[in-house]
Amino acid sequence: MEALEIARWQFGITTVYHFLMVPLTIGLGLVVAIMQTLWYRTGKEHYLRMTKFWGKLFLINFIMGVATGIVQEFQFGLAWSEYSRFVGDVFGAPLAMEALLAFFVESTFLGLWIFGWQRLPRLIHLGSLWAAVSASVFSAYFIIVANSWMQHPVGVELVDGRARMVDAWAVFTNNTALVAFTHTIFGALAVAGGFLLGIAWYHLWKRRHDGLDSVGADGRVLPGGDEAGGRGRTDHQVWLRSARIGAVVALLSFAGTAVSGDLQAKLMFEQQPMKMAAAEAACHDGTGFSILSVGNLGAQDCDDIVAVIEVPEMLSFLANGDFTTEVKGVNTLLPEYKEQYGETLPDDPIYGERAGMPIDYLPVMEVTYWGFRIMIGFGAVAAFAALVALWVLRKGTVPQSRWLMRLAVFGILAPFGANSAGWIFTEMGRQPFVVAPNPDPNGIDGVFMFTAAAVSPGVELSELIFSLVALTLVYAVLLVVEVKLLVTYVRGGVASAMPELKHQHDDGDTDENERPGGKDKDDVLAFAY
Amino acid sequence: MNELLPTIWFILIAVLWTGYLFLEGFDLGVGMLMKVFARTDRERRVLLNTIGPVWDGNEVWLLTAVGATFAAFPFWYASLLSSLYLPLVLVLLALIFRAVGFEYRGKMNSDRWRRRWDRAIFAGSLTSAAGIGATLAVTTTGLPLNANGDRVGGPFAWLSFDALLGAAAVVLFCLVHALAFLVLKTAGSIRERARRVLIRLLPVAVVPLLLWGGRVHVAGGTFWTGVLLTLAVVAVTCAWLSQRKSRDGWGFVWLGVFLAASLACIFGSAYPVVLPSTLDEAFSLTVQNASSSPYTLGLMSIIAAFGVPLVLAYQGWTYWVFRKRVSEQSIPEAHTVTPL
Repeated sequence: MEALEIARWQFGITTVYHFLMVPLTIGLGLVVAIMQTLWYRTGKEHYLRMTKFWGKLFLINFIMGVATGIVQEFQFGLAWSEYSRFVGDVFGAPLAMEALLAFFVESTFLGLWIFGWQRLPRLIHLGSLWAAVSASVFSAYFIIVANSWMQHPVGVELVDGRARMVDAWAVFTNNTALVAFTHTIFGALAVAGGFLLGIAWYHLWKRRHDGLDSVGADGRVLPGGDEAGGRGRTDHQVWLRSARIGAVVALLSFAGTAVSGDLQAKLMFEQQPMKMAAAEAACHDGTGFSILSVGNLGAQDCDDIVAVIEVPEMLSFLANGDFTTEVKGVNTLLPEYKEQYGETLPDDPIYGERAGMPIDYLPVMEVTYWGFRIMIGFGAVAAFAALVALWVLRKGTVPQSRWLMRLAVFGILAPFGANSAGWIFTEMGRQPFVVAPNPDPNGIDGVFMFTAAAVSPGVELSELIFSLVALTLVYAVLLVVEVKLLVTYVRGGVASAMPELKHQHDDGDTDENERPGGKDKDDVLAFAY
Repeated sequence: MNELLPTIWFILIAVLWTGYLFLEGFDLGVGMLMKVFARTDRERRVLLNTIGPVWDGNEVWLLTAVGATFAAFPFWYASLLSSLYLPLVLVLLALIFRAVGFEYRGKMNSDRWRRRWDRAIFAGSLTSAAGIGATLAVTTTGLPLNANGDRVGGPFAWLSFDALLGAAAVVLFCLVHALAFLVLKTAGSIRERARRVLIRLLPVAVVPLLLWGGRVHVAGGTFWTGVLLTLAVVAVTCAWLSQRKSRDGWGFVWLGVFLAASLACIFGSAYPVVLPSTLDEAFSLTVQNASSSPYTLGLMSIIAAFGVPLVLAYQGWTYWVFRKRVSEQSIPEAHTVTPL
């Protein structure tokens, strides 16, 4: 193993891990803000309970996104110092803006929301959540502006071998960034939709299993249970509404990801043709879209790949919006890339031992081909499941089937899988470049950088191995901890987030939330760690 | 104009670091005090809740300082971070444990669970304070950098007396700053104990920071950095006297002045060098040769002129909203989450 490989694995692992938390934070945050708004406007108890319950899960997840996000900001300087020097002029700006304009708002106002339940007027308290949630959407925008610049460098010129920003407007309205941002936000909502639906389904099932709810002769639900222990009729409303919101959000987000994904693919055919050819395992020029190809995808010479199921003319449509234009395949693109960017890495000390080595312009096809399909497939399966769920839920509850409940809970994972696969595809498909050259009419395709040139020259292999192992282990342990906490709070139901509900149940028992000094109206802490 | 913008950004980054150490200084310190000061679980929860609503916002000052360095001085960012690879990876791990610890500690009602997270918060706070102290120290005293700005001499080439001095300076400052904060933010026996410990610890705890300031002042300072260093000494004396006279607010403010004056002396003495090379002065990074283009700096200046006052305003408001003292009486019983 070389330093470059370790640094790439580390970036991949930390980024994919961070992006397990981020979509849930963004998607669930928006949903919780809407729930609290509904509570503010209607004053209905079940909206308050929804806000508290989903808000608690949101917070458990939020902190992991924050903690792992810090690593991302340091990583460019730590392991990719040559990259940082090359792009600092244009790439650092969105990162700094994210911290100053978005992340400050997010962290500060979330603190106000968590602790402000009784301290702030209700409207200001609601506003704090909206401020935090909107800021997390802005965060996503700034980060995607930075990432999209690596996919489609705009607004710069090359001065002394460095990218220098000349047009900030171009950078911040990069067409790649705008569609990728839209795609990512819808992807985040898909995660939230599946999460809501799966968990609410579990609780609706549990209520039937425990005999709280039953089904009348007309098949409609008869919500039962007295108001004991926070499991009464109000809670039935909590889960039913959460499930329906989840299903609707999942469907809308699938439509949104499909439309934005299509736009994104069209841009990619134009900006990074090799990435799309690799996504298709398309060796020869053609118009057909392969649903399934067989053969040795890893062979890297692409000739023993056969498309088994192919939709004629679909690829042209994806790429250009018509059915006849031929899309360039790998075999056509390879010579073009070699001609434009060279057959071998330049004889520059920056490349170390790799100087003069032949360049492989074809990304790892197993990864791009399957990454692309898993992304779309998981997304479509989740959307179809949401549609079925919406139909099943029309009479107010779910079937008693334990098997279906398990499927719904398991279905929470599909949008996460789609998101991760999407990012792995888009980042791996960029190789061997860290800043991809764009054969595009803007005339700045001279701005590109090979990944091999980006790694920190002064950092030793041992340091990289240490950090890779340490970060991966810590991330693995924390993932177990987070899932354990989420499961505990999910199983505890609404009362896990509203301990005051419990004492209604245990009549005469001590109030679990009592303070030694007795309750006083002027509580210092509405929420205490 | 070519000189001015990089200088403004150098000052702004120094301000961001000062803001970071002033704000997160006390929550890092409170994190360390969880183990070395608080005696019971309830006391630990009082400590935790004094910083509960604000620690996350405070931490963003670090992200902004680092992000601003990337945007305004990419070469500084690249050389400093890659040279300090090991200590900064430890800082990152420490910050992860600390943040997760704050949030997760109270989420399960189990002594073993809480003890583990207490350890994570303590070790996380200590390690990040020390690592950041070492990082700031070497960026003012130097690293063995080659012509490309890369470290030579292996993973521990950054380890020097100055790095250790910086680590000690920040750790000890965070501890006394946290005690002064607790005097302001708590009520009852904790508060009195915090004051007693603070008065005893303060005269010793400020020595490393003054020593670090003295060293960079002697190496490259001017008359004005000497004035700042003197001001730091005066401020810390006033802080100590105020605490003895139970003027808690003034005690806290003077400690802040001490921090600001010390850091102004340190950054002011280092200017215009942002990262000196100990191998050859020609390899040193300066505000000139490490900065972004005037275009980027201009853009970032507009953003900062708009953003920084806004951040100060709403963060200030947060402190106002949560201005009440926290005492053992304000802490509710821990609640157990049981499956339905």
